[in-house]
Amino acid sequence: MATREITYQQAIQEALRSEMRADPTVILLGEDIAGGATTVDEDAWGGPLGTTRGFIKEFGKERVRDCPISEAGFVGAAVGAATTGLRPVVELMYNDFLGTCLDQILNQAAKLRYMFGGKAKVPMVLRTTIGAGLRKASQHSQTLYSIFAHIPGLKLIAPSTPYDMKGLLISAIRDDDPVVDFEHKLIYWKKGPVPEESYTIPLGKADIKRPGKDVTIVAISRMVDFSLEAANKLTSERIDAEVVDPRTLWPLDEATILESVKKTGKVVIVDESTPNCSMARNIAAIIADKAFDYLDAPVKCVNAPPTPVPFSPSLEDFYLPNPDKIFKTVMSQFKD
Amino acid sequence: MDSEKLIEMYRQMLLIRRFEEKAAEMYMMGKIGGFCHLYIGQEAVAVGAIAAIRKDDYVIASYREHGHALAVGTEPRRIMAELFGKATGISRGKGGSMHIFDAERNFLGGHAIVGGHIPLATGVGFAINYEGKDQVVLCFFGDGAVNTGVFHESLNLASLWKLPVIYICENNFYGMGTAVTRAMAGPEMYLKAKAYDIPGELVDGMNVLEVWEKVGKAVERARHEKIPTFLEVRTYRFRGHSMSDPALYRTKEEVNEQRKRDPIVTFKQKLIAEGILSEEKFEEMEKEIKAIVDEAVEFAEKSPEPPEEWLYEDVYA
Ligand SMILES: Cc1ncc(C[n+]2csc(CCOP(=O)(O)OP(=O)(O)O)c2C)c(N)n1
Ligand SMILES: [Mg+2]
Repeated sequence: MATREITYQQAIQEALRSEMRADPTVILLGEDIAGGATTVDEDAWGGPLGTTRGFIKEFGKERVRDCPISEAGFVGAAVGAATTGLRPVVELMYNDFLGTCLDQILNQAAKLRYMFGGKAKVPMVLRTTIGAGLRKASQHSQTLYSIFAHIPGLKLIAPSTPYDMKGLLISAIRDDDPVVDFEHKLIYWKKGPVPEESYTIPLGKADIKRPGKDVTIVAISRMVDFSLEAANKLTSERIDAEVVDPRTLWPLDEATILESVKKTGKVVIVDESTPNCSMARNIAAIIADKAFDYLDAPVKCVNAPPTPVPFSPSLEDFYLPNPDKIFKTVMSQFKD
Repeated sequence: MDSEKLIEMYRQMLLIRRFEEKAAEMYMMGKIGGFCHLYIGQEAVAVGAIAAIRKDDYVIASYREHGHALAVGTEPRRIMAELFGKATGISRGKGGSMHIFDAERNFLGGHAIVGGHIPLATGVGFAINYEGKDQVVLCFFGDGAVNTGVFHESLNLASLWKLPVIYICENNFYGMGTAVTRAMAGPEMYLKAKAYDIPGELVDGMNVLEVWEKVGKAVERARHEKIPTFLEVRTYRFRGHSMSDPALYRTKEEVNEQRKRDPIVTFKQKLIAEGILSEEKFEEMEKEIKAIVDEAVEFAEKSPEPPEEWLYEDVYA
C-alpha cells in the first residue's frame, strides 16, 4: 500500500478506524464525539475539532458514545470497562479538564495492576489535547503531561508528526496498560507522509528528527517543529544540531537521548509545560546523572514561564517557547 | 413594577444584544480571537434575574457571561477591550471573553470549566452566613453543568448548610452539540431540587418579567430564611455554541420556531401594547445603544496591548 500526505488529525482518525475495524472491543467514549447526533444528521460535529466525524455511521451508537459532561463518571467507566475486557478509547476534550476526573486516572487506572498484584489490567487510552497559541486563555491552553508523568502506572505519548501519531496511537490501543495520548491542537492540520496500512511504533522509542553533531535539542510535541526551525537557523552559525523527539514521555527512551548527548556534549531541552517538575527538568536530571562527564556546557531547558496561560494574543506570544528562544539558548551553549 | 424599571430592563437586553452582534462582527474581522460564546437569545435570563437583586449581592457565571456582566453594570468598553485582549480590559486582557471579572460590582467572573464555579458560589454563600450578612448569590450555569458531580455536591452542601444561593440553570437545550434529552436522565431538571430538599422551579426564560418575579421570590427566601433554590430557566441560544460552531445538530425550523419567542421582540411588543414606550423612544434607545457599542469598539481598538511584564504579574498576591 502507498504512503501519502495526510494531516495529524487524519492520522488519528486512521488509527482509530483501523483498530475499531480490527477489534470489536475497541469503543469510543467522549463528549460530542458523535457530534450530538440528532434528527438532523447522524454526525453533525464529531467533537470540537471534528476528529470522530463519520464514526457513528460506520460503527454505530454502541461503539461511539456521546457522554454528558460527567468526566469523572465516563473516564472511570472506561477504566472499569477496560478491567473486564474492553479497550475503551476515551476522549478528554482538553487536558485542562484533568481536574474533574483525576481520581479515576491517578487512583484507579494507574493503580489497579500494581495494587492487585499484577492480576488486574487496564487496557485503555485517554486521548486529550494540549497546547497554547489559540487564544483560549488559562483554562483551555495548558500542557499538563508533566503532571501525568509523575504517576507510575501510566504510559504517555506525545506525537509530533502524522506518522508518529498513527503508529503510536495504534500501539497505545493495543497496549495492556492505560496510555494517555497528548495531541497538540496546533499541529492538528499539519501534513506528513503516512502509510495507508496499519503499523505500530513501539512505546518507549525516541526518534531522531534531525541528525547533527554539535548540540542535542530534545523537543516534545509541537516543540519539535520549533526546534527544527531553530536548527535550520543554526546552520548559518555553522552549528549542526541534532533534534531528538522522545515521542513517548513514559517509558522514556533514555538510551537514545544519552547517546546523542554523549556525542554532542551539549543539550537544550524544549518543553511547552511550565518549568517546575516538568518533563524538561526530568530529562535534564537524567542527563546530569548519567552523562555528566560528557557535558561541556550546562544543560539548558526552554519551558513556558511559571505562569498560567494569558488570553491576550500579545501576552500569549510572549508566553510560548519559539524558534528564536531556542536559537538563543543554543547559542548561549557556545559562548566560552 | 414601575415603567422606568421595565424600560431599563428592555434597555439592558437590547444593549446585550447589540454588544454581542458587534462582538461577533469584530470576531469575523479577526479582531477578537479564541473562544467567543454569544448569549443572543438568552438575554432575559441575566437581565430578569439581576433586576431582582441588590447592588451588593453576588453574581457568578460560566464562559457565556457577557450578558451577566453587562447586566450588573460593567462598562461595555471594558468588556470589549477584554475581548480584544487589551491592557484596558476588565481582566487586564488576561482572561478574554470567557473570563470577565468585575470586583467593584461583585461579579465573580466567567468560568470555563463546566460546573467549576458552582462550588465557588456555594462557598460565597457560606462566607455570607459566616459574616452574618444578608447578601445572596446568583449562580448561573448551563444545562450541561447539571450533569457534573460538583453541581450535585453543591446543592447538597447548600441545603445542609442553609446557604443563600440561587442556582440558576439556563437550559438552552444543548451542551455544545448534545441535546439535553441525549445527555440527561430525567431532563425535567428542576425536579432534581427535590433530592436535596430545596425549592425547585421551572421558569420561562424568554419572559423577562417571569424571570424577575421567580428569581425575586427565591432571593427573598435566601435573604430572609437562608433557603437555597434551584431554578431551571428554559431559554434558547439563537447562535452556535461558540463562533466556530455551524450548529448542524439542529434544524433551521427549530431555530426559527424558537426565534418567535425572542425575548426582546416579545417584550417590546408588550411595552408598546401597554403604552409604556413609543416607537420613537425605541428608535432613540437604539441610537443611544449604538453609540455606546461603537464607542466600546473604538476604545478597545485604541487601547494599548498589555506589556510583556504583565505576563509575570498576578500569579501571586
Ligand atoms: C469540565 C468540562 N468539560 C467539558 C468542557 C467543554 N465544554 C465547554 S462548554 C460545553 C457545553 C456546556 O453546555 P451547557 O452547560 O449547557 O452551557 P451552554 O454552553 O449551553 O451555555 C462543553 C462540553 C468544559 N469546558 N469543561
Ligand atoms: Mg446548554
